[in-house]
Formats: sequence, structure tokens, C-alpha cells
Amino acid sequence: MTMKRFLSKAEMAGLTVGFILVLVVLPALNAFVPSSSPFHVTDFALSLCGKYLCYAVLALSIDLLWGYTGLLSLGQCLFFALGGYALGMYLMLMIGPRGQYHAALPDFMVFLEFPKRFPATGGLPPHWVPFRHFWFAAAAVVWVPALVALVFGFLAFRSRIKGVYFSILTQALTYAACLMFFRNDFTFGGNNGLTDFKDILGHDINAPATRRALFLASGLLLLAAYALCRWLTTTRFGKIQRAIRDSENRVLFSGYATAHFKLFVFVLAAVLASLGGALFVPQVGIINPSEMAPDKSIEAVVWVSVGGRGTLVGPILGAVGVNWLKSFVTHSAPEYWLYILGGLFIVMTLFFPKGIVGIPEQVRALRRRWLSTRTGAAPVEPGPAAIAHSKAEP
Amino acid sequence: MTVTGRTLLMSDHSSAICPRTGAAAEWRLVLLAAVLLTSTTVRGVEPRALLLQALATNEVSAQISLVQRLTAAQDPMVAQALAAWRQGGVFLLDGPAGAKIPFLLDVVTDAAGKARGLQIATGEALKDAAGQPMLFLASDLTPVDTTAKLRKAIKTTLDLLALSSPNPNIRRDAAAKLGLEQNPDYLPYFRAHLDTEKVARVRKALHEAIALTQVNADDADVRLAAVKTLGELRSIAALDLLQRIEANAKANSSSPAPELVAAAHDAAVKIQSYIARGNFIGTCFRGLSLSSVLLVAALGLAITFGLMGIINMAHGEMIMIGAYTAYVCQNFFIKWFGQGTRGFDFYFVAALLSSFGTAGFIGLVLERGIIRFLYRRPLESLLATWGVSLLLQQLMRSIFGAANVQVYSPSWLSGNVTYQDVIFAHNRIFVIGFAIGVVALTWLLLTRTALGLQVRAVMQNRPMASCLGVRTDRVNMATFAFGSGLAGMAGACLAQIGNIGPSLGQSYIVDCFMVVVLGGVGNLAGTVSAALGIGVSDQVLQPHLGAVLGKITVLAAIILFLQWRPAGLFETRSRSLEG
Repeated sequence: MTMKRFLSKAEMAGLTVGFILVLVVLPALNAFVPSSSPFHVTDFALSLCGKYLCYAVLALSIDLLWGYTGLLSLGQCLFFALGGYALGMYLMLMIGPRGQYHAALPDFMVFLEFPKRFPATGGLPPHWVPFRHFWFAAAAVVWVPALVALVFGFLAFRSRIKGVYFSILTQALTYAACLMFFRNDFTFGGNNGLTDFKDILGHDINAPATRRALFLASGLLLLAAYALCRWLTTTRFGKIQRAIRDSENRVLFSGYATAHFKLFVFVLAAVLASLGGALFVPQVGIINPSEMAPDKSIEAVVWVSVGGRGTLVGPILGAVGVNWLKSFVTHSAPEYWLYILGGLFIVMTLFFPKGIVGIPEQVRALRRRWLSTRTGAAPVEPGPAAIAHSKAEP
Repeated sequence: MTVTGRTLLMSDHSSAICPRTGAAAEWRLVLLAAVLLTSTTVRGVEPRALLLQALATNEVSAQISLVQRLTAAQDPMVAQALAAWRQGGVFLLDGPAGAKIPFLLDVVTDAAGKARGLQIATGEALKDAAGQPMLFLASDLTPVDTTAKLRKAIKTTLDLLALSSPNPNIRRDAAAKLGLEQNPDYLPYFRAHLDTEKVARVRKALHEAIALTQVNADDADVRLAAVKTLGELRSIAALDLLQRIEANAKANSSSPAPELVAAAHDAAVKIQSYIARGNFIGTCFRGLSLSSVLLVAALGLAITFGLMGIINMAHGEMIMIGAYTAYVCQNFFIKWFGQGTRGFDFYFVAALLSSFGTAGFIGLVLERGIIRFLYRRPLESLLATWGVSLLLQQLMRSIFGAANVQVYSPSWLSGNVTYQDVIFAHNRIFVIGFAIGVVALTWLLLTRTALGLQVRAVMQNRPMASCLGVRTDRVNMATFAFGSGLAGMAGACLAQIGNIGPSLGQSYIVDCFMVVVLGGVGNLAGTVSAALGIGVSDQVLQPHLGAVLGKITVLAAIILFLQWRPAGLFETRSRSLEG
């Protein structure tokens, strides 16, 4: 595989510009331009952008599943939140005696009288103990969601649950997990979740320099995730992936164990989402069970749908664009946000099945059709509605 | 009302308050005083007079003895005034010549919180000189004093009065409450009421009260008999007491009463098994009721998803629209008939029909406007309908506000039936009946009508049905509207049970999909059995695991079950590869 096939020239140029902008210009404007200047990027704005980048990683993971393999997971935020919780546990233990109760335990554990429940460890639930170490938490960000995805995916794909059933079951999974995390005695802070973080790796989590570092990390993660997905989709594996999306039975009859392929993609997407979640939490400062509520996952699907599924730039554009719009609208006219979001769902699925990225192609097709009807010839290319049908899932 | 009453009535409000009618008022007051004086010596005197006398007396012991004599009063005013007195709600108005007119405040207050004063003597409103009702603010008035002892006496009297209430449920509750006090003074009352009481459940409560009281009797034989009776009556209230008797006797080995211990043990075992059986019946009923709720909510989805293959994420919002339609309907009926009237009771029938209509119409628009373009793209119909659900939620929030609204049940749906100490709420029973009715109706429609035949044909093979002349798009439209209408009707029905808010639909959507997926697509029998399975297992697990953990367990069980039967309980067999 040559470099030319891996990244086309235009793509390479766009990527370079985009990532220079994100990884160099934004942090530099935050660090070196004085706050009086109109070009200054505030700490808040930088954190907000970091949040969007994490969402973009989540969107990429959904696209890998839905756009490339045809598996619409409505529970991807579960993995996002699991990653967040894993790192959040470490951050929680780093607070130390600086909490409201000035105890060595995290506040909610004091509040819920954990010392009585877990006297052997002084109130800390046993599974929390190793999260004092950053390396353990970082490893948990990877293996916990991977394990959950492996078990669920194995069960689901083994019995050939696919299409809509898979979507509904993933939704049920995240719903069940959400209910579970809402319980106080599930030892993850219940309703309030984990919050009020102070330090990460010995650095003050609210310091501008730490925030810049977290932002850079998010940008690098997105870059890595993009490169991984791009590489994966150009390999033979990627071809089989798309073949499964277009006609799973034919792939099955050709002798491929589609369940294994799907399982691998599902686990990989879970880990990607989880990494995004892990970087999301220190920048936002809180993780609670509402982050894995079913509607969050569906909202994330709409980012992909808006940007354009089956492409890699689309989800990133969608995630950043929709969330920017959300920040803007919920700030200035909160009551209209659901109208806009609902409208986006409908308009994108009905009129732009290929998302923003697909619009130029749709316009070209329309123009061709218009030209051909003018010259009286039969349309060369089917119209937008027909395109949508021809790309239908089984 | 007898002569005394008439006299009191004549010692009229207006004259007492208005000093200008002085002379006439004075002799009436003299008469009143005379009546009150004589009443103390005459047996069987009007209870209201006794009460007035008690209110006029300053001496607590006299007051208590007077109150204790009111235990057989039939007069509702006496009970009302006693209850008010106990809570400091009886006041005195200064009449002419130092006379005091006792009164209490009407429950209806005006905007300023003021209420009319009702005279205890006549039950009529106090009026000023101009004949207008006088208004009082409760916080401006000083209530007639009570002491703790007096309040206790009033309480006992009220409880005993409740034994004579015309409402058998109040009589039963009063008997149960008084029995637990184990006061031997009440025994004559219980026996007297037992002689006249005809309602079986009240008789049982009275027997129970007598036995409970006699458990502490001096005579060992009476005690033994009482214990045995309690066992026979399966008295749940007595279980604690019986276990204590048994434990005490065992701890205190010097008291030789082996028979009593054996009887107490025997009775306790009987009661415990009775409770266990009651719990079992209760669990079954709750399970059945939850299943019906699920079934009613999921039936529409079973049609749109099961038969047509559309993932309608806005299904929950159809339920919500039905519930809000019921709310609007109720408000119209309140406007026209007033709340609590007979006319109002029929609002629910109108609500069911209009919910079906409204949700069905919105379903029709949804199908024509959006879904028909997405028949071949099920995953995308999922996203588009989710968008619709967001729009509808926000729309309802804009119209009705974000807070929950209240729907009042018609009188024939509120209340409950108690059978063997298990409570069956009317609205729950109704939902069970409603579920049966709706399923039967849907089944008839699908199997016995031309439309049903076409629906099944389109579901099994759309192109073939189309070739044979079935207008598939019309069938789709009608089916989707019908499914949505069913969801709307479910909403009107569920409004009787839970809260109505813009996010009502969200709380049902996951459950609904679980029911349909578990039951197997395109199959009514599957939907019914899945709803039953989920509902009953949820209620069986709940007491052991708690509500949330029970639900999670059920969800996990469904995922595992689909391992075993991926197509659900009832599989629709088909030769096509992509079924």
C-alpha cells in the first residue's frame, strides 16, 4: 500500500491545515496572545473546543460501526461514559482531603457512609483501590469498555442479531447501565456522578497550561483515531467491512466469519469512544450517568448523520458543527434547541442521506439531471431520492 | 329535627349578632339557656345540644364527660364540630348580653383566605346586620381551648362515632383502629354494633376488634378463645401481638399456659400463611396490571414495527399525545359540567375516542410526510422518527409547560376493592380489562376484515401484494394510523395511572421495544406473552431486588433470551433470507 492510496493529496492538504489550526494556532492564541486582544482564545473557549474534539472521536467510532460496517449502535455513549468513569475514578482519588468533608475519601463516599460498608479498606470500595495509580486507570479506560463490548458483541453477533434489533438491544444495554449507575450503592457516585476534580498527574486541573495540554492531547487523539480509521478502511479488512454493510449474507456465503469481523469492529469502536470519554472528563470536570442515557447516544448518531456517514471527515465536521450550534442555541434560545435538533434529524435523513460531505455530489447529480432533461436525453444519474434507495441497507 | 333543634334555630344568628334587635333576641337567648340546662338532666337529649353545652362549659372534666356522651350521635354536624374543636377550629362570637355563639369556618375560602362562619347550633352561616354572610380569617380568631385529655376524649368519641358512619369502609377502619387500642371499655360498643351491622367486612372487623380486646382479658378461657378467634379470622393486625404472646410465654416459663402458647402459635402460623397467600395474589395482580400497561403501550408498536417494519421512535410521543388529549378533554368537561358531576364521569369515554383520533391523525401525517420515503431504510426511519419525537416533546412543552399536568380519574375509576386483605385498585382492574378488549379488537380487525387481510398480505410480501392489486401505500397509511391511534388510546388509559409530562413517552419507549422484540415480530400472541412475561417477572423480582435492579435483571434476561431464540418467542417462519 502506497502513501498515495493511504491519503490522497487533497485530503493530506486539508488534514495538515486542519490540524495545524487545531494543534498549533488555537493553543498558541490561548497562551501567547494577551487577553485584551480580539484574537485571544479564552480558557473556556479552549476547553469547549477540546470537548468538541472528544465528541469528534466518539463520532468517528460511531461512523466506523454504522457508516462502514452497517451496525447502528444506539449505545455508543455507554463506552464513552465508561472511559470517563475510569479516568474520573483516578481524578476522584487525587482530590484527597481537599473535598467538602476534608476526608481522605471522596465526598460522596463519606456522605453515603461507605466506611461502614467497606471497613476493611477504610471506606474505599475494593475495586476503587487500584485506581490510585494513573497507569491502572489509563489501562482501565481501554480494557473495561473492550470487555463489555466483547461480551455483549459476542452474544449479539453469535446469535446473528442484526439491523434494527441490534440497535434496540444496544439501546437497552445503555439504558440498563444508566439505571445501574444512577443507584447510589453501585459505588460510582449515583446521581451526581464524579466531579470536583483538583489534580491530574500532579498538575492543577484548572490551570491554563494543563487545559492546553489536555486540549493538545484531545487533538492528537483525534488525529490518531482518524489515521487509524483511514488506514483500516483502506486495507482488505476495510473492504470486508463495507461488504458486510452492503450484503452480509454474500460475505457469509463467501466463507468469511462475519461475526468475528463485526465483533472486532465493535470492540475497536468501543475503545475509541472510551478514549474520547477519558479525555472529555478532565476538560468538562464532571461525569454522571446522564452521559450514558439513551438519548445521548442517539444524539451522537445524528452528528454522524449530519456530517455524512461512510466518510471520515463527515463525522468530525458533524460532531464539531452540531455541538457548536448546540452551545450557541442553548445559550441564546434554549427552548428552540430541540426543534432544531429534531428538524436536523428529519431533514438530514430525508433530503441529505449523505450528510454535509455529500451535498456537493448531490448538487452535481441534480445539475446533471437538469442538463439532461434540457437536452431531452434520459437522465444519466438517478435523482437524490433514488440514490437514497439504491444505497439502502438490506 | 326535634323541638330543641327548632328552638336553637330560632335563636337566630342575625339577632344574636345585631344589637339593635335587642329585646327579641334576649328572650330567645334565655330560652336557649333553659334548653341547655334541661338537656343535662334529660336522657336521649339532642347531641348537638350536648356539644353546645360542652363548648359553653369551662370545666374540663365536665367537658370530657359531655363529649363522652356523644358517642351515638347521628348528627354529621356534631362529628364535624368535634373534629374541628380538636384541631382548634371552633371559635366563639360575642353575641349580645354576653352570649357566645360557637361557630366553625367553612372549608371553602375566598381569594383572601377568608371563609364563612357556620354556626354549630344551626349549621347556617353567620350573617351581619345587613343579612350578608360574615367572613373570617382563621388566623384572626381565637379558638376554643382544649386540653390534651379533652382532645383524647374527643378523638375516642370521633372513632366511636365513625362506627356509626353510613360508609361501611369508614366503619370497618374505625373498628380496626379501636380494636388495636385493646380498651375493654369499647366492648359494649362493638357488641351493640355487631347486633345491627349487616355488611360482612364490617362484621369481620368488629369480631376482630372484640377478639383483639379480649386477648388481654383476665379470664384465661376468654383469652384462649380470643386467640383462637384471631387465628380463624386471619387477623393480620394481630400477628405481632400473637407472636409477642408466644415469645413472652416461652421466656417466662413459670407461667403455665401451654394451651395459650399453642393456640397463639397456631394462629400466628395461620395468619402468616394467609399473608403469604395475600402477597402472592397481590404480586400476581400487580404483575398482571403492569403487563397490561406494557401491552396497551406496546400494541401500537407491535403493529407499526411488527407488521410494517418501521422503527417508530416517536411511538412513545403518540402515547404522550393521547395522554395530553385526555387532559384537554377533561378540561372541557370540567368547563361544561363541573368537576365531580355525573357528566364529568363520562369524559373518559370521550377522551379515549378523541385520543385515538388525535394520535391516529398525527400518525397519518407522519406516515405521509416522512415515513413513506423511508420504507426501505429502516435504520434511517429510526433517526427521522427520533427527530419527530424531539419536535413533539418540545411542542408539548411549549403548549402545556414543562411541568406535569394532573388528570383526575372519573369516580368509577378511583377507589379500590379489597378482597382477602389484598387491595385491587379500580384503575388497575380497568387497565387489565382494557388491554384484553383492545387486543381482542385488534385481533378481530387483523383476521376478520378485508383491511386485516391486506395488512397481512403486505407484511408478508409487499411486491406480491402490490402485483395482486392491493394498494400498498393506502394499506401502509391506514395501518400506521391505526397503530398510532392505539398508542394514543394507551396514553389516555395510562394517564389514569401515572403522571403526564412532555417526557412521558420516553419512559415507555424502551419497554415497548423490548416487548415487541421479545415477542417476535408480526405476531400478536407473541406480544401478549412477552408483555405478560416481562410484567410478571418484573413484579416478582422487585420485592427481592428493588425496582431498578429488577428492571436491569429483566433487561439482561431479555438479551440472554434472544441468544436462545433470536427471533423472539413466536417466530414468523419465512423462506426469504432477509426476513
